[in-house]
Amino acid sequence: MLFFSYFKELVGKEVTVELKNDLAIRGILHSVDQYLNIKLENTRVVDQDKYPHMLSVRNCFIRGSVVRYVQLPPDGVDIDILHDATRREARGG
Amino acid sequence: MSWAGPDDSFLSTSLASFLDKKLIVLLRDGRKLLGTLCSFDQFANAVLLGACERVIVGDLYCDVPLGLYVIRGENVVLIGELDHERDELPANMKKVSEAEIRKAEKAERDAKDLKGTMRKRMEFLDLD
Repeated sequence: MLFFSYFKELVGKEVTVELKNDLAIRGILHSVDQYLNIKLENTRVVDQDKYPHMLSVRNCFIRGSVVRYVQLPPDGVDIDILHDATRREARGG
Repeated sequence: MSWAGPDDSFLSTSLASFLDKKLIVLLRDGRKLLGTLCSFDQFANAVLLGACERVIVGDLYCDVPLGLYVIRGENVVLIGELDHERDELPANMKKVSEAEIRKAEKAERDAKDLKGTMRKRMEFLDLD
């Protein structure tokens, strides 16, 4: 549940989601769920010329299983809190 | 993806806010389906009404009608809401018939195959 909680903290921030098919989408994180499915708002595709069919997509749902990376804003992580949460999770909650 | 009630459906990851909207669904094999979302579940299994496949080859495209489609969730990559205010495709793209798009697809495939065989023949040159 750690990463679920972690992503919930990032709601409202701008992130770039890179998918396993190399499509990279930048947008405001709208919501996330237990499967790490992601909803983005105000999306734009990083390489728009290569993906013309994505031109009019502003809001999208991304299935968690196809995500390769999520690139976060530099100020998106408080390392100390993350360390503590990780240790707590490793101990079993 | 939880079952969201009417109040929180717009704050959750649920697909409920996409119901009855025109969507584009990207599949794992690279296909792009368009249609109206009728139903879904927690696996992102989805039912598309009036589905069509958008085949794009270079600057040409065609919407091939399919009918009512049930998509198994594991094949779904992305579900995007099509914004009415914006053009669905760049202005330079041209709509063609299904026959023409199939021809263009074949031409592209043949060109790719040819490139592959040429490269194989030249392998002894150690191009990389």
